[in-house]
Amino acid sequence: MNVRKKSADPKGVLTGVHYLDGDYAIAEGALAAGCRFFAGYPITPSTETAERFAERIPMVGGVFIQMEDEIASVAALIGASWAGLKAMTVTSGPGFSLMMENIGLACMMEVPIVIADVQRGGPSTGLPTLTGQGDMQQVKWGSHGDYEIIALSPDSPQECFDLTIKAFNLSEMFRVPVFIMTDECVGHMHEKVVIPPAEEIEIVERKWYEGPKDKYLPYKPDVDLVPFMVKAGDGYRFHTTGLTHDERGYPVINAECQDWCVRHLCDKIRLNADKIIEYKEDETDNAEIVVVSYGITSRVAWKAIQDARKAGIKVGSLRLITIWPFPDKRIEELAGKIKAFVVPEINLGQIKREVERAAKGKVPVYPVSHCGGWVHNPDNILKVIKEAAK
Amino acid sequence: MKPEDRVEGRHPMEEFLRMDRMPHIWCSGCGIGIVVTSFIEALQKSGLDPNKVCVCSGIGCTGRVAGYVKLDSFHTTHGRPVPFATGLKLANPELKVVVFSGDGDIVGIGGNHFIHAARRNMDIVVICVNNFNYAMTGGQVAATTPIGANLSTAPYGNFEYPFNLPYLAEACGATYVARWTCLHIRRVTKSIQEALQKRGFSFIEVITPCVTLYARRNRLGDGLNLLRYYYENSEIRHGADTRTLDIGYQGKIIVGKFVDIEKPTFLDCMNNHLRKVLGDKYQPWGVKS
Amino acid sequence: MIYFGELKEKKGIVNIIKDRCKGCSFCVEYCPRDVLEMSEEFNVKGYHPPRVINPDNCCYCQLCEAICPEFAIFVTLREEEEREREKEISRP
Ligand code: SF4
Ligand code: SF4
Ligand code: SF4
Repeated sequence: MNVRKKSADPKGVLTGVHYLDGDYAIAEGALAAGCRFFAGYPITPSTETAERFAERIPMVGGVFIQMEDEIASVAALIGASWAGLKAMTVTSGPGFSLMMENIGLACMMEVPIVIADVQRGGPSTGLPTLTGQGDMQQVKWGSHGDYEIIALSPDSPQECFDLTIKAFNLSEMFRVPVFIMTDECVGHMHEKVVIPPAEEIEIVERKWYEGPKDKYLPYKPDVDLVPFMVKAGDGYRFHTTGLTHDERGYPVINAECQDWCVRHLCDKIRLNADKIIEYKEDETDNAEIVVVSYGITSRVAWKAIQDARKAGIKVGSLRLITIWPFPDKRIEELAGKIKAFVVPEINLGQIKREVERAAKGKVPVYPVSHCGGWVHNPDNILKVIKEAAK
Repeated sequence: MKPEDRVEGRHPMEEFLRMDRMPHIWCSGCGIGIVVTSFIEALQKSGLDPNKVCVCSGIGCTGRVAGYVKLDSFHTTHGRPVPFATGLKLANPELKVVVFSGDGDIVGIGGNHFIHAARRNMDIVVICVNNFNYAMTGGQVAATTPIGANLSTAPYGNFEYPFNLPYLAEACGATYVARWTCLHIRRVTKSIQEALQKRGFSFIEVITPCVTLYARRNRLGDGLNLLRYYYENSEIRHGADTRTLDIGYQGKIIVGKFVDIEKPTFLDCMNNHLRKVLGDKYQPWGVKS
Repeated sequence: MIYFGELKEKKGIVNIIKDRCKGCSFCVEYCPRDVLEMSEEFNVKGYHPPRVINPDNCCYCQLCEAICPEFAIFVTLREEEEREREKEISRP
């Protein structure tokens, strides 16, 4: 990878030990990562991130603007990102649906932006104040057409902070929208959050183009497939469009260019998946059952896993940090060694489908589903682990 | 451009156009190209550094403008160039950001963004080419279609009240509001130049012929016929009360500059207010020190 | 006779980039000096571009240039005119 790193700008880093909720931790993570532009629209249960950013940014130097809706928010982020700033927004539920149009634009224009989705029960207005994990497929497929994004899932306020920084770094590295897929529980949960000194925080710089001005091609893939970027106002007089385009960024409306353009958007993530994917494993080496979980559900599942181990079942844990791109390879490897997967999640099997797909039918995948409103009772997960172990 | 800089064989605007993309897609007799010419002329006269001028367009026939001007140019999603421009401008206040798009884009699907950007007095220039219909998709009725005009989704004629755009812009807080037809070339140029040199939300409506759809469906003839209609039926009334500017089908078009006032922009308000409340702790944004 | 001092009418040379023209005839219609007319010939796009019929009438008003939606026509100043003008200006 062609990556340039530096340490964080101390202006945005609130070094110290704090007691924060997940939403606030996302705002602090963004400021630490160098985010200086926030455009958002209030929606429960994500609003606290916007509130925190609005309160903090005047002293850091940057812009907070409350837009007229979520469509405008993402449009403004893309504009701000082209002007050279790191930009983010947060949302939940229906707000996420409204963002999909311009998420497609960000993918097509290859613009780094970060969006946190503090999930609540859906569809529609659903459960505004109660938790859910029902947007896990929407984040991947919600805009139209083929494209790839990156999505991360924190399970605690500390991870909200850490993964927000990671989200910005990945976004700059791959010129792609990155999502923090948290939920109402983590968003509103207060815990200890340690913010390290600025010099210990690693920040990835954007891939700025430095060659001759007249040679610049906004969509010419570099060796790592990610094209170099310039910013508005620097004299490149570039063009960018949501239409299918060639290396120059000019629209070309035919099947060949569509193939080149769309494959490029997908390949830059798919072929770099190994550099992106992160997960945490526990005792998967000689496990018979592996529980695949993410976000708040992995904390509940942890209790069930421990109870199952006490009952003599060999249970491993695979906690997904990166949801998209999906860790197909690791799931397939495990599928060759174990008896079954158990996938608890607060939806009716969205990630279970992915585990099934990646396991290629080698072993059964047991869902532990519920539709949102509260987290699982660990006993329900334990019951399914026991059934799978039979 | 000075006369001596003009050379034979090279159009004086080529420096500002993406010649590798010409010819443009607009139909013979379409007025959008005239407005682009006026814009470039205005830009040249304004003395602004073209490297610091950005053009954002949405979707539609006029939405293609961003693809033809040789500036940092952004062809965004339908209706969203105004919030896109908002992001660009706020992230780098040094830029002069121009939204160049059609009526369907700016006040149809993008109406909500338009009114809020005007309300905030966002420091951008909005050039709205009004051709009374959704042309790119084949001539559907729009928020600007005069009552009685026939369009593909108003096959028996339009019966909805259309927007009066200058009134809308003024009511929402725009600091500069003008309306012209594309035949008022020099006036359009002057208005765009004034808007480029002004701080605040500027709105210029330019009525242009859509020959292929609006004119053909309504049997109004070709581009020339429409220009003649503008010539015969437009009346310059600077400072007119914007409430009186409705346009009836093939009726009178009142043109002119209606609003030109000064008031602090979004960023002025943000900086002034936060400095007052937070004192020295506040880090001003976009203020040259 | 009205005396205009040293004010002298400018003279222009019309440049037509034929293949860029889409034959809308706006330039012909709005030229105040009837310099142009639509021709019968076809350009590469199959449109009839304008042609110059009264070259000496062109007053360098640039209206054709401003009204052309295709960036297909523009005017340059006649050089001998420029030189002459300079001479006139330098007169005591
Ligand atoms: S369809 Fe109408 S608005 Fe669109 S390019 Fe043709 S004449 Fe112009
Ligand atoms: S410059 Fe004026 S006079 Fe000369 S051809 Fe053009 S419109 Fe006619
Ligand atoms: S105005 Fe331009 S496009 Fe129209 S006829 Fe004249 S040269 Fe051709």
